[in-house]
Amino acid sequence: MDNLLWIFISALLVNNFVLTYFLGLCPFLGVSGSLETSARLGLATTFVMLVTAVCAWVLNTYVLIHAPYLRLICFIVVIASTVQFIEMLIKKLSPALFRAMGIFLPLITTNCAILGLAIFATNRGYGFWEGIVYALGAGIGFTLALVLLAGLREESELSNIPKLIKGTAMNLIIAGVLSMAFMGFAGLFSSA
Amino acid sequence: MKKNEFHEEFIKGIWRDNPVFVQVLGMCPMLAVTNSAINAIAMGMATFFVLVGSSFLVSTFRHLIPKQVRISCFIIIIATFVTIADYTLLALVPAVHKELGAFIPLIVANCLILGRQEAFASRYPTKLAVMDAMGMASGFLLALLSLGSVREILGDGALFGMKLFGENFEPWVIMILPPGGFLTLGVILLFFNWFRLKKDEFLEDVAAAERGGN
Amino acid sequence: MNAPTDSGASGSMRLVLTLAIAGLVSGIAIIGIYESTLPTITANKARELREAVFKVLPGVSQMQALVYRDGELVAVDRPDKDEPVVYGGYDEHSAFVGYAMPGAGPGFQDTIALLYGYRPDEKNVVGMEILESRETPGLGDKIYKDAVFVSGFSALSVEPEIVAVKKGTKSRPNEIDAITGATISSKAVVRIINETHADWSAQLPEPGSEPRLEATETAGTEADQ
Repeated sequence: MDNLLWIFISALLVNNFVLTYFLGLCPFLGVSGSLETSARLGLATTFVMLVTAVCAWVLNTYVLIHAPYLRLICFIVVIASTVQFIEMLIKKLSPALFRAMGIFLPLITTNCAILGLAIFATNRGYGFWEGIVYALGAGIGFTLALVLLAGLREESELSNIPKLIKGTAMNLIIAGVLSMAFMGFAGLFSSA
Repeated sequence: MKKNEFHEEFIKGIWRDNPVFVQVLGMCPMLAVTNSAINAIAMGMATFFVLVGSSFLVSTFRHLIPKQVRISCFIIIIATFVTIADYTLLALVPAVHKELGAFIPLIVANCLILGRQEAFASRYPTKLAVMDAMGMASGFLLALLSLGSVREILGDGALFGMKLFGENFEPWVIMILPPGGFLTLGVILLFFNWFRLKKDEFLEDVAAAERGGN
Repeated sequence: MNAPTDSGASGSMRLVLTLAIAGLVSGIAIIGIYESTLPTITANKARELREAVFKVLPGVSQMQALVYRDGELVAVDRPDKDEPVVYGGYDEHSAFVGYAMPGAGPGFQDTIALLYGYRPDEKNVVGMEILESRETPGLGDKIYKDAVFVSGFSALSVEPEIVAVKKGTKSRPNEIDAITGATISSKAVVRIINETHADWSAQLPEPGSEPRLEATETAGTEADQ
């Protein structure tokens, strides 16, 4: 139990996927213009991460133990097709849910945060529940970073910023400051 | 003319369309592994190998790959090259592989590579495609190296592991930590923006002077 | 597309065929590279492990992997995946010296993995090596860069358990000076060793009755060198 909590907090804050591993930066910089879109993208990503964790566990336990060299290809193919399948399922079953996050699903599949999750979980030898908790932490952490950046960007729209720094350069510097703030979470566990 | 064309495909990737500084692609390996110059070079070389190799294959077989499954084919090709790069690095330079860790498999998700296959390699003849890939990959390598050097010099007072300053230098540790990656890239992009702005102004001045002359 | 796909069956056949061929070729390429690099990779890993074991157990020149099965510690060639393992270290006369015990736990930033040498006859830790950590450069990374801290583990009593104390105040055999500015990382290292020791202490045999060195590993060791 203690271990699961540490995995969760570690993925959520201390080793936030976006702010310390730089994973999923494309959507982080591209989509984080508005708060609402960011929140929905974050939700969709968390969902895909959960699916990924299950896929990765199944593959690691039953397939890759015999053929470790197929890891990368297996992860990509299986994750992409599972997500596509679930996308179709959601479209059929719940059009409302599909409208909320469906359009993001194809975009997310090839996101490095998703693949990164599968690879990190494998490297650390996580079991089923550990993988799920890790995915949950990483997904919520991703959403958190995205929403924080979106909030800051919405605010900055209102202020007078030199033309030179507008755009990606400023977003990166904001992200740098956020990342510094998140460093404050380090040691959260070991100091206890 | 013909020669110029090859030349042009190569050069554009390094400067005018630099994948990192201008197109802002491939950010995640870019920032994660550039805490030292040597890591940056290893990552850049691996990406170079994968990009040139897959561009060559995709362009050579571009008539044989049906449109509907082209993305899947590209990904299979890229993933194969990445796996090869991964095992080669692990066998030859285990220390570097340990540093880069999980970020080598993540080359697959580098949008730069898939983007080049879709936008260039699948449409142009092999020679041009390879030239384009080499240009883009060199541009990427150069960007990684500059970022890695800046961060290592400021954050560790060293370059390629060699100390540059005396004992009194207090390393700016934040630069080799994650925030340093964001900040350094932000400042470099700022420089590129400034350069472009100045260039536009200069061109306008020239145009105005010409009009005035007439 | 040189041949216009005339839709229907032949079209989708072609799709499947292309993917199958691509998959096949890629599979062959990957297996090729895997098979050709595997010996080097395995040898590298084995060498790294051996070097680490010899470093944390001074005076050791041979080793073998030990696992706890059916109530006793037995030597194995290759431990099962996920099975806890310790390494027995032996001197050149194949006499038992001590155990090298791997441990891992949360550090300041991320998981710290380490290996420490333990001599059951003295009930002492005799060496420690950090295998993996992402501690803050300049502060937390002193747990392996600070020679004084690392050498503090060369004679450290584990009973009662190790305590990290403020630098310069070490007064008992079970105390170690923590690193100034990296107290959390130092304490994490100490806690990992204590926890690993507590996990294993019931499973290690009485001093003097440790498993003997089995010949197979010796041969392997020499062949690799």
